Amino acid sequence: MLASLIRWLDERLDLEGLIAPFKHKTVPTHRFSYWYFFGGVTLFLFIIQVLTGILLLLYYRPGANEAYESVQYIMTRVQFGWLIRSIHAWAANLMIFTAFVHMFSVLFLKAYRKPRELTWVSGMLLLFLVMGFGFSGYLLPWNTLAFFATKVGTEMAGQVPIVGKGIMIFLRGGPEVTGATLTRFFGFHVAVLPGLVTVLIAMHLFFVQRQGMSVPPKIEEEWIENPSARREMKFFPNFMLRELMAWYVAMGVLGALAAFFPWNLSTKADPFVSAPAGIKPEWYFLFMFQTLKLIPSKVWFVDGEVLGILGCSLAGLLWLLLPFFDNDKAGRGKAWITGLSIFALVYVVGMSVYGYLAK
Amino acid sequence: MEVFLGGGVLACLASFLYPVMRYFVPPAVVDLGGDEVVAAKLGDIKPNTGKIFRFGSRPGLLIMNSDGTYRALSATCTHLGCTVQYRPDLREIWCACHNGIYDLNGRNVSGPPPRPLTVFDVHERGDEIVVSRKREA
Amino acid sequence: MAILQSNFRRLIAARAAGLAGFLALAACLAYGQDVNSCLDCHSAQPGRLEVTQEKFSQDIHSQKGLTCTSCHGGDASSYDPDQAMSKKAGWKGKIDRKQIPQLCGSCHSNPAYMRSFNPSLRTDQLDQYHTSMHGKRLAAGDDKVAVCTDCHSVHDLRPPSDPRSTVNPVNVAQTCSRCHSDAAYMKQYGIPTDQFAKYNTSVHHDAMVVRGDLSAPTCTTCHGNHGAAPPGVDKVQNVCANCHAFQAQMYGKSTHFKAFQDKGLPGCVVCHSNHGIHMPSDAMLGTGPGGVCMRCHAPGDHCDRARAEILGNLTQLDGAIKNADQSLRLAESAGMEVSEARLAQDQAVDSLTKARVTIHSFQAALVNQDVQTGMKIASANLKAGQDAMVERNHRRIGLGICFIAIAMMLVGLWLYIKKLES
Repeated sequence: MLASLIRWLDERLDLEGLIAPFKHKTVPTHRFSYWYFFGGVTLFLFIIQVLTGILLLLYYRPGANEAYESVQYIMTRVQFGWLIRSIHAWAANLMIFTAFVHMFSVLFLKAYRKPRELTWVSGMLLLFLVMGFGFSGYLLPWNTLAFFATKVGTEMAGQVPIVGKGIMIFLRGGPEVTGATLTRFFGFHVAVLPGLVTVLIAMHLFFVQRQGMSVPPKIEEEWIENPSARREMKFFPNFMLRELMAWYVAMGVLGALAAFFPWNLSTKADPFVSAPAGIKPEWYFLFMFQTLKLIPSKVWFVDGEVLGILGCSLAGLLWLLLPFFDNDKAGRGKAWITGLSIFALVYVVGMSVYGYLAK
Repeated sequence: MEVFLGGGVLACLASFLYPVMRYFVPPAVVDLGGDEVVAAKLGDIKPNTGKIFRFGSRPGLLIMNSDGTYRALSATCTHLGCTVQYRPDLREIWCACHNGIYDLNGRNVSGPPPRPLTVFDVHERGDEIVVSRKREA
Repeated sequence: MAILQSNFRRLIAARAAGLAGFLALAACLAYGQDVNSCLDCHSAQPGRLEVTQEKFSQDIHSQKGLTCTSCHGGDASSYDPDQAMSKKAGWKGKIDRKQIPQLCGSCHSNPAYMRSFNPSLRTDQLDQYHTSMHGKRLAAGDDKVAVCTDCHSVHDLRPPSDPRSTVNPVNVAQTCSRCHSDAAYMKQYGIPTDQFAKYNTSVHHDAMVVRGDLSAPTCTTCHGNHGAAPPGVDKVQNVCANCHAFQAQMYGKSTHFKAFQDKGLPGCVVCHSNHGIHMPSDAMLGTGPGGVCMRCHAPGDHCDRARAEILGNLTQLDGAIKNADQSLRLAESAGMEVSEARLAQDQAVDSLTKARVTIHSFQAALVNQDVQTGMKIASANLKAGQDAMVERNHRRIGLGICFIAIAMMLVGLWLYIKKLES
């Protein structure tokens, strides 16, 4: 029955012609192929976010006097509201996690090399936007933790020399974090960021589809030596079906997390109470937060925080342009990037753990 | 294989769509949010009596004056947090814990309370008496 | 030469004129200034005679324009002691203790005079003082008792609203204890000297000094300040009723009121003590060391049975609230949302508080009414917690069903892939 439906559409829209190029696409299979799934899983989680986000929009009310209560309403009164909200919160964290894993896997498998520089750049931009999603979405329940985390986070943005003040006021919708900030973050979260991310994802996917999957240099060398060892599988339907399995596993994990560890609500934000002790941002910002905490308050004549912010920004910019620093020479030339990658991974993970454990 | 595939697809669809379908149905209690609440219906309280209602996370006191108008205040005593009550005989608000007295505008006039009670806005909407926080400028 | 000479003369003349003018100005200014020879000399005097400008500037009288001579008489403009402290100048010397109230009252009991400074100040302090234990004993010739300056201090007298004042509410107990806790000083009066020590363990002290609640009672709240005297044994509950109105009302209608009056027992103090009033606990209704009922009542009699019933009911409600609390905590740690039930717990605690107040009616039935109201709420909350756990289990079952569906899907996909690739 499904086949006849497809035939009906194909007669009118030439679906066959549309998916013809995909039918030719192949995916190299080697011992690192499993890492290829992570991009797709991140995409899947994004789709989940869009769907659960739209569902939440049916009941959520932005505005300092109603936001918290509306989330409480969703958690307690709306049927399965707890499920939708918990899935949204967990998928957000998982998505950022898989995005990082995807980025690091691309890094270590050296898939960013020519001709895939644009894919890397669009991917890094996506990573920044996704963290922006996390930052803006975190404030929306308007609870104490989120309020102060936003305060600290935007305060840091304000530390950038010259333009920092302007950036901070732009983000906050005013000099302080208020209901105006909430409205603004809501706008970013449901309109601005989704639009930007959708465009970038389309570009990113287009690049990937057009250029095919990259093969790690080590594997490439092995296959050159031994051509018969080269393995490939068709993207459609073999790889896609496997990807689908990965998506179902991710769904199962999400369901388990939502059921066993429902996302909590905490207390409503009150701008007039003092910040609770030990305020920390969400885990995906911990490595930057901890770095800033470790920088002394004054380095030479430069303010420590400013140095930290500029340092992080510079690191981010260089990371964005990484493929352009990688030369095509084989051998030693590549080693420094591998070393840098290992350092980056250890740094991010180590600082995150340190930040989590620190008082 | 078909059994697993077909059955799996159906089972997954069902277990995903069922919660979503139920989610779409609005719950019976249409919460008005934290800023206002229906304190009572017309006829619930008589002139010169008071009624405790729930406002967000704290109790509130709704009083019907003798002339038929309403006033509403926070019912949490500013001394040690006991719930105050309206005294028709005194036409004042009284706290039973330590004999604190507030006038009908919430001002602390006698006894231990150090601060006045917060006053709320009251509107009548149809047959409902709606209490809301005062709008700030 | 002549020009020089005349210039020189002109210079001298100018200087002389300037000096004269300056002296004239100084004299005028000096004339306007109050010369206070008293402070000038006495700031350098040793021991009890020392009163510095710094100390006296803190005094409210000094700030209002009064000075040494206002109370002590004498001539403040003269630096000659014989002149400054002469009888002709009205010198009174050190005021005798027995004269102090009269001296203070010469202004403070004069409404017309006091109105020119602070119209809202009372002017009946002296009259009240005459009715007090201190006033009566002073009139009888005992000058060990407190007079105005003992409590209010002298020369650096601050208004009671000033937190540094000796008669500011937070300092009153300390001020009274200066005499009343001195066993040697109080020996001849035969009254206890442990009131301050006991008060410091009390819940009222805790409220006033630790929590900063200025409405909490201190010595003068119950004993009066100028008319200080112990309340009559039969008037104690009137004093307590000022704040603890409900308890006093119920007590007044109860059997204990008349019983205590007839026996000349001091009402509330019988069970709650007077100075060392501690936070009451349900143990006071018990038969253990903290129990107060069994001090008078016999075990097994009608009252003892009522006591046991009241205690039983209160313990039941207390237990129910704690159970509900536990159930809600369990639900919360499992991630369930039970904020509404948590709020309702406040109401249950309110009922318990009300029930404990109703003890003072000494009628088990009335206490039980309040207890039952609380029990209903606590049971509902307990049920809410349990329902939350049931819901949690339902969710796990739902999750299990999802897992089965997903597992089926995964197996199906795997088989399909296998088939495709074979």
